[in-house]
This record gives sequence, C-alpha cells and structure tokens, in this order.
Amino acid sequence: MSDLAPRTRTAFPPPLLIGAALAVVGLVLLVFGATTPQLVTPAKAAVALLGLGLLLAGASRLGKVWAGPGFDVVFWFGAAWLLLLGLAILCAPWLPLAEDRDVASTVAEPVFATPTFTGGHPLGTNAFGLDLLARSLYGARSSLLISLSAVALGTVVGGAIGMVAGYFQKSVDRVVGIATNSLLAVPPLILLIALATVLQPHLRNVAFSLALLTIPGMVRLARATTMAYANREFVVAARAMGAGRTRILLRELLPNVLLPVLSLAVVMISVLVVAEASLSFLGLGIQPPEPTWGNMIAEGEGRVFEEHPHIVLVPGAFLFLTVFAFNVVGEKARGRWDSRSVKL
Amino acid sequence: MSVAALRRPALRLLELLGVLFIASIGVFSLVVLMPGDPAVDILGAGRAPSEYAALRTELGLDQPLVTRYLDWLGGALTGDLGRSVVPPQSDVTDRVLSALPVSFEIAALGLVIALLIAVPLAMWSAYREGSAADRIIGAGTFGVLSVPSFLAGLLLILVLVNSAGWFPRSEWVRIGDGDLLGNLHHAFLPALTVALAELAMFTRVLRGDLIVTLREDYILAARAKGMNPLRVLFTDALRPSSFSLVTLLGLSLGRLIGSTVVVEYLFSLPGMGTLIVNAAGQGDYPMVQGAVLTIAVIYVVINAGIDLSYGYLDPRTRRVHV
Repeated sequence: MSDLAPRTRTAFPPPLLIGAALAVVGLVLLVFGATTPQLVTPAKAAVALLGLGLLLAGASRLGKVWAGPGFDVVFWFGAAWLLLLGLAILCAPWLPLAEDRDVASTVAEPVFATPTFTGGHPLGTNAFGLDLLARSLYGARSSLLISLSAVALGTVVGGAIGMVAGYFQKSVDRVVGIATNSLLAVPPLILLIALATVLQPHLRNVAFSLALLTIPGMVRLARATTMAYANREFVVAARAMGAGRTRILLRELLPNVLLPVLSLAVVMISVLVVAEASLSFLGLGIQPPEPTWGNMIAEGEGRVFEEHPHIVLVPGAFLFLTVFAFNVVGEKARGRWDSRSVKL
Repeated sequence: MSVAALRRPALRLLELLGVLFIASIGVFSLVVLMPGDPAVDILGAGRAPSEYAALRTELGLDQPLVTRYLDWLGGALTGDLGRSVVPPQSDVTDRVLSALPVSFEIAALGLVIALLIAVPLAMWSAYREGSAADRIIGAGTFGVLSVPSFLAGLLLILVLVNSAGWFPRSEWVRIGDGDLLGNLHHAFLPALTVALAELAMFTRVLRGDLIVTLREDYILAARAKGMNPLRVLFTDALRPSSFSLVTLLGLSLGRLIGSTVVVEYLFSLPGMGTLIVNAAGQGDYPMVQGAVLTIAVIYVVINAGIDLSYGYLDPRTRRVHV
C-alpha cells in the first residue's frame, strides 16, 4: 500500500479506500436497482439514483487521488456519456439491436415488456413490440444529427454576420441589430411551432428552423467579441502594415472570436436537443414511424405511461443524460474560453 | 419629468414599433412558405375548379400579397384577426381572447412559485457557501435545468397524481366560474412544472449575486452590531442582489412562454399553447398567425417594460440629464 500511493498516507482512512468502497457500493446498488424485478418502479429508480450518487462520489475521490484535486467527476461523466452515445450511434447498424420501426415484423414480440437490462430487449418494448433500446439509439441519431447540423449552420451564419456587424459597425450594425431584434420578437418555441405549421416535418426543415433559433445569440456574441478586439494593438498593427479587411477579419479577429463562439455552440446544442424533442413531443417534428426521443415520450401520453412508466422513462433518461452532458461540457468550455469581460 | 427624460422611452417605443412591424411581416409571410394551395387543403381534392376559385376569392387569396398583408394588419390593429380555415371556422380573436387568461394564470402562478422557492433556497445556499447544502442545491438546480418541461410534467404526474393522488389530472375550472379553490387545485401542477426550470435558474443567479453582496462591508457591520442573520439577509442583502434577477426575468420570459405552451398541451388546458399547437397540426394558418402575433406583441411589450424599469430600480443605469 505505502509504495503504491505514498502521497495519500497523510489522510486516514485513505481516500483511495473510501473512494473505491463508495464506488463499489454505488455500482452494486445501481445494478440491483436496475435489474431487480421484485421492486416497484419508483423504489427501483430511488435505489438506482442512490447508487449513481454513491458511484459518482466514489469516482470523484478516486479521480482526485489519481489526477489531483482539480478532477471534475461530473464533467468526465458527461464526456463519457457523450462518447458512449456517439460510438453507439455510429455503430448502430452493426449492433445486435431488435427492430426499431417496422411494426409488421414485430407481431411475435412481447408488447410493453419492462426493462430487464438483459436478453433481447434490454430496455423493454413499446405498444407495438418495437425495441426501446434500438429506438432510443436511432432517435439519438436523428436528434443529434438535427441539432449538430443546426448549430453548425447557425454558428457559421450567425458568427459571420456578427463579426461583420462588429467590425464595420455604423449602418451595417444597425441593420443587423434590427434584424436580430425582430427575430427575437417571437419566443423561440413559438417561432418553431409557427414554422412547423407550413414546413414539411422532415430532417432538413427541422434543422433549418432550429438553425434560425441559434442565429440571434451567435450574432450578439460574435459582434460583442469582435468589437472588444477590433481596436487592440495587434489589429491596429496589422492594419498599419497594409492588411485588408478580409485578412484582418479572417486572420486577426476570427481566431479570437472562435473560442467563445464555439463554447456557446456547445451550450446551444443542449438547447436545440430540448427544442427538437419538444417539437416532436407536440407532434410537429419528425413523424412517428421514425423514432425520436420526443415522439417516443409522446407515446406515453394519456393513460399508457401510468401503467407502463418505462415508455416515458427510457427515452426520458436518454434525453436527460444527453442534455445534462452537453450542459456540463458547455459550461466548462464557457468558463475557460468565454471571459465575462469580453461581453459588452 | 423634463423633455429630455422622456426621450429615451420615446426612442425605445419607436424601435419597439419597428421591430413589431418587421415581425408582423415575418408572421404574415408564413403563408408564402406554405406548400400547396390552402383552398385545396380546406375543401379536399377532387372538387370543381370553380369551387376552389370561389373559396380563394372568399379568403382573399387572389389578391396581391401586399394588399393581403395590409388587410390583415389593418384587421389586426382593429382587433380582427380573421377566421379560422378549419371547421367550425371560428373567429380567431375570440379564441385567442378566451385562451389568453389560462396561459397568463399558469405562467404567473409558475413565476410566483418559482420565486417563493428560489429566494429562500438561494439565501440558504449563499449564506452557507461551500457547505454540503450549498453543493446539493447547486447540483440539484443544475440537474433540473437539464430536464425538459414536458418530461418534468410527466414525472410530476407520475409521482403526485398516480402514486400520491394529490392532484386531479385534467378538467380545467375557469376562474370566472366562481370556484377559485378548484381552479387553483387544477392549476397548481401545471404551474409547478413551469416553475421548475425557472426556479433552478433564479436560484443559481440570485445565489451568485448574494454571495458578492454578503462580502460587502455594510453586511459585516450589520452582523457585527448583532443583527439577526435572517434579518440581514432579507432587509440588507436581498434588494441590492435582485437586479440581475430582474434582468433574468426578462431573459427567461421566452423560455417561460415556451414551457407554458408545452405544459398546457401536456395537461390539455384550454390556453394559447393548446390553441397554437392544434392549429399548427391542422395547418390552420390564420389561427397560427393571429396567436403568434398576439404572443409576439405581449412578449416585446413586457421585455421593453423590463428594460425601462432598470432605470427606476437601479439609479446607476439612469442617464444624467442636464
């Protein structure tokens, strides 16, 4: 023991031991809560949550011993979830998943099977015998595809407009300001619903509407950051050496605007994942045979989820964990790269 | 008030009208984005061409777009938002006016609940900064922020309606029916759902401000005089810490409206949310236009009001008039 971790000997009992014990107890409770069929759902959820809490506390202590006191367990938890989900989405076609959307092929499957975490339907099935794990993963695929492409589009367009407005100022800035304010005159979800009235609900249209939501925020941030840098010495020096506007914008200002804007983009992803899920939940997003977390949760409406809570809880857990992970990662990125002093 | 003092609100009003004008063009041009022919959508396919033409004339679809926009805007300014294109073709203004009070009640009640919970929670958290309670409140509010309102609502139904049986599930009781208690009983759960996300945000922001305020010398002086910590928190620390809460109130208004819409749909309450979602599902564009315009006007006006109120709340933001 002493030659393994000599630095931890000052504290008693050693944090390594407490950490490991907490993590093991937490893991046992988590697995017990998730798999025991004898308990009712709320009790299961409570035991599993307690286990998760203990597991995180244990992992936090272990991490602090291993990587120093700056270790942020929640951040790594979020990052690990995103990595796992990303891998699962990429490999989904080759994973041994049950049927996710073709109702005709699931006639023989059990309906409303409860999650057992083992066997052919680890997360249970819905009213048509479709596998919830497969549906959640394919739902994650469309949800993330939509949100990521919308954020990418919104960031590029909004960032470019904001930088131009912040650099040239005067009338350009005024026009951009009025345009963004008008876009902000309608609350985000209402704007989405209004667009859903007239646009066909397929992937590209939903992504386009969501991109429209991200633009005002991006414009404001890019504009403020550009203005803060526009009169700094290195920009003045570049201008004095004869650099053109394009060169100043791309080579001098863009590298400084990029990090804050990208950090906002990460936070924006979680907002868009929620917006997309809300739209599907309201029946105005991607339509049912194609699974999304929102329309999977909508399947539990009425009396269905009162008898079969897992119909809502399974996609709900995916949605929560993903939004949480993007929030944690985004907050971390913002704390590091988006200093408050930059905002005007 | 001098003329100079009135200039800022007047300019703000002018800007506000301009923004609303552009937004109204945007709302109206939704029809242009619409695929297909509204007349075919309403009557269904396979009718005689003259029937479609007659309906188009009746709806004014054969007029140029600018004329139609001006007609619509003129109607909207005089309180006539047109008629729904979906049977029973009800009057849009009537439907909006009957839906608004429900939404207002849910949103306002949600805000009150959020503040009632957030203020003590933030005080406790800030007063015991770094303690276990503070960390648990911090983690809890961060977690709540990641729960979309429809999911929160379903979970609340699962726990409070199904397991505990404390609240009825649906059936809305209007305030006007005289049964105030019944109304509150029905409104509480939707309002609590709306409140959850807001209260997490409020708690986090107010906690941050309170921590800064509590480090001020005058707080130390008050404590040194032997004043009760609770009294110091409420009378000395809360007011100077509440400015960013007011800012946040404005910023979170959009989210508040969004979650009210979703929650109304979830609890099937006859508010603006249900109205607009159903109309959107049926492609009932006059209804959507009317409802969106109404919401936009309310949203922009409240935001402008909050903007102007800074000057009265915080003297530092007032311009110096000579």
